[in-house]
Amino acid sequence: MTVLAERPVAHEHEHDHEHHEGPSGILKWLTSTDHKLIGMSYMVTSLVMFFLAGIMGLLIRTQLTSPHNSFLSFQQFNALFTMHGSLMLYLFAGPFAFGGLANYILPLQVGAPDMAFPRLNALSYWLYLGGSVTMLLGFLVAGGAAAFGWVAYAPLSSVEFAPGSAPDLWILGIALTGFSAIFTAVNLVTTTFYLRAPGMTMFRLPIFTWNMLVTAILILIAFPILTAAMILLFADRHFGTHFYSVAGGGVPILYQNLFWFFGHPEVYILALPYFGIVSDVIPVFSRKPLFGYKGMVFATMSIAALSTGVWAHHMFTTGVVLLPFFSLLSLLIAVPTGIKFFNWIGTMWRGQLVFSTPMLFCIGFLFAFLMGGLTGVMLASPPIDFATHDTYFVVAHFHQVLFGTAVYGGFAGLYYWYPKFFGRMYRESLGKIHFWLLTVGFWVTFMPQYVLGLHGMPRRVASYPSGLGWQSLNVASTIGAYIIGLSFVFLLVNLWVSWRKPVPAGDNPWDAHTLEWFATSPPVHHNFERLPAIRSERPVWDYHHPDARTETHHNGHGHVTEAGVAEAGVGADAGDKA
Amino acid sequence: MASVIAVSPRAAEPTSTIAPRRRRRLLGAAAAATLPLVLGGCSLPTFYGYKGSTKQAHDEFLLYSGTTIAALVVGVLVAALIAWSVIRYRKRSDTIPRQFQYHIPLEITYTVVPVVIVLILFGFTVVTENRVDAVKADPATKVTVTAFQWGWRFDYPGNVSVTGLTTEDPDPVGLDGGQCAPAVDCLGPGLVVPAGRTTRITLVTKDVIHGFYVPQFNFSRYAQPGVTNVFDLTVQHSGVYRAQCTQLCGLYHSLMFFHVVALPPAQFQSWLSSQQGAATAASGSSSSTSNTKAAA
Repeated sequence: MTVLAERPVAHEHEHDHEHHEGPSGILKWLTSTDHKLIGMSYMVTSLVMFFLAGIMGLLIRTQLTSPHNSFLSFQQFNALFTMHGSLMLYLFAGPFAFGGLANYILPLQVGAPDMAFPRLNALSYWLYLGGSVTMLLGFLVAGGAAAFGWVAYAPLSSVEFAPGSAPDLWILGIALTGFSAIFTAVNLVTTTFYLRAPGMTMFRLPIFTWNMLVTAILILIAFPILTAAMILLFADRHFGTHFYSVAGGGVPILYQNLFWFFGHPEVYILALPYFGIVSDVIPVFSRKPLFGYKGMVFATMSIAALSTGVWAHHMFTTGVVLLPFFSLLSLLIAVPTGIKFFNWIGTMWRGQLVFSTPMLFCIGFLFAFLMGGLTGVMLASPPIDFATHDTYFVVAHFHQVLFGTAVYGGFAGLYYWYPKFFGRMYRESLGKIHFWLLTVGFWVTFMPQYVLGLHGMPRRVASYPSGLGWQSLNVASTIGAYIIGLSFVFLLVNLWVSWRKPVPAGDNPWDAHTLEWFATSPPVHHNFERLPAIRSERPVWDYHHPDARTETHHNGHGHVTEAGVAEAGVGADAGDKA
Repeated sequence: MASVIAVSPRAAEPTSTIAPRRRRRLLGAAAAATLPLVLGGCSLPTFYGYKGSTKQAHDEFLLYSGTTIAALVVGVLVAALIAWSVIRYRKRSDTIPRQFQYHIPLEITYTVVPVVIVLILFGFTVVTENRVDAVKADPATKVTVTAFQWGWRFDYPGNVSVTGLTTEDPDPVGLDGGQCAPAVDCLGPGLVVPAGRTTRITLVTKDVIHGFYVPQFNFSRYAQPGVTNVFDLTVQHSGVYRAQCTQLCGLYHSLMFFHVVALPPAQFQSWLSSQQGAATAASGSSSSTSNTKAAA
């Protein structure tokens, strides 16, 4: 279905745009405030973090292939799983979505020339890069990197139990990247509210933009709490305060409440952007509008609202939680999530499905997230959590959720927008090998972990006794992890091959729906020279298929929207040249 | 010392019967009565879980098994719908499919039905968690469990105290004072309790957070600084049950084992009496270490 170079707009002024005033090379990278360049920097940096964290994951899995393994020391193992989690969650899954993809795509999707605050956007990236490097420096100091888990529970993270400078570097890294997230969120919210092109009403926003808007609001709710918790922790460590120490009259459980008040919205900060990607990709490759668009928007909002009231389900076994309240709210999140599932299925229903790599990753996402979501519903029930808390059952659950969203969803987005970023195609065959290896690896890695957890294997243990029958399941899990690792070799090869031997992609290779596909590939400086008429959430589809508009009524054969009556595109030059 | 006493809501209330509580209890009792009926009692599939060696654990198992069945039904249905769409609607021609977007009755259906499922699940959850967290007024035995970096201390009435440090050597003392077997179930110190009777555990920590976890009891609870956690365990049959710290507690977290030894009540009493005798015989002020081991 590749539609090459169908862009009907004349390029009279293209040269003025491509050669706009400004530095080039490394100076350009250092000084640019272009959302596309910053977004690309974010993506490259967060992918480096993803690969580093992935290698740490492989080291962890290697240690667990046999009981009493001495491949890693206990200290190394504790540091590695701490940094694996920290890098994956703080430095990859979030920044890749809201700093990388959203930074690049959201202004294009709303028809804006750039983010609302370009210089703040640049500051976000440099804070993020600085914070990431700060956290990684922990590996170079005496005693090795922080080793208290990605949650850094007090009092294990106090100066008494975690001495040295690595924990301080970790705390500073979180604080710096936290500020970067807050600034990016401010930019995303403002851009969505104030820089939409004429005709782009809120209910014509692409779902990816909708989800990024809701994500950004969640960031503004959650990240300041995390930063505050970190500042209190730092003060406890260095200024003699006692927020989290019993001996000084403090309350250690306060740390958990603060952390998870950030931490649970954070789960949705990590998930919603990827739901957005999937909700953009599935309609394009089904050649249909998203089924239940408005329901999807309200489902996203409900998930966000509920996510601020479920934090203590991470604390069911502390004994100081009002179990029924947090259990009910956690269970209720299954409802809007279920709506999303049925909307995705409804979108595919009676479509013409094309299984290019982005679509394959979305199908992979559906199955992965279904499994992770169902075990999540089980864990929302406190008695089941009592039995499985801090075991590999939970490890399997959250990896299936986060891998399902950030990896399947994230790479669906990367393959989907790759032609837009570079104006060239990746190799479809290599993309498909990546998908199938990843999928085999994913299920082989995480399904055995459920069983290990149910048999009582705790998480975060560097060794386990022989004679419990845990080894074969651990070996299976490790083999799966290596298959996942191998799959990413094909991604790198793909990137290399398509870079060395470019195949031009054209502006809209997927016959896609949303505004970014109306820009050139890659988009020119300040994005658009002109825009099509925006009279639905699929302006580019409407432009190319004026006879196949969205039906307004569920049983309305032949009914078309008002937009169908209007002449498409022509004369609706809303491009911003100012 | 800011200390929070945490017990289940059931335990905090005296056993009086006020009208609203009675109604709640009736509802709870009705749901509790239907729970095994609906779920089919002990013949439920285990799905790799433990059926549970305590009374509380068995309640959890019923909920786990029932919930898993429900999850499988929903999961298989949704997976089948996805698979059907993928197979049936793969691209066959270049014609553009019908561009439908909304079907309000269908959308309402798949909003309301999950709400109902979730509420049913919530009902069973509340009944089960109240049973699991219930604390009896007159437990047969009370033990204070103190977790520390890295080991466990068990304090019984009459100044009896058992301390075990982190080690990978199995505890030599098992049932009947003989060799504990299998060795892998006997790592770390032993928490001795009477079988068939209720043991009240008071769980505290000396330093960081630890996790009291006995897989076959389907139960874990934090030893949380500043919090005193209280719960009941009713081990149904005598035996040895392996157990381990589950909350990351520093360098030797991986080795912080213990195990629970459930003895027949008479045997438990004679064990406790002999320990109490030994504790009294020992010099007045010292009241500990009948079973201390070296660090790993």
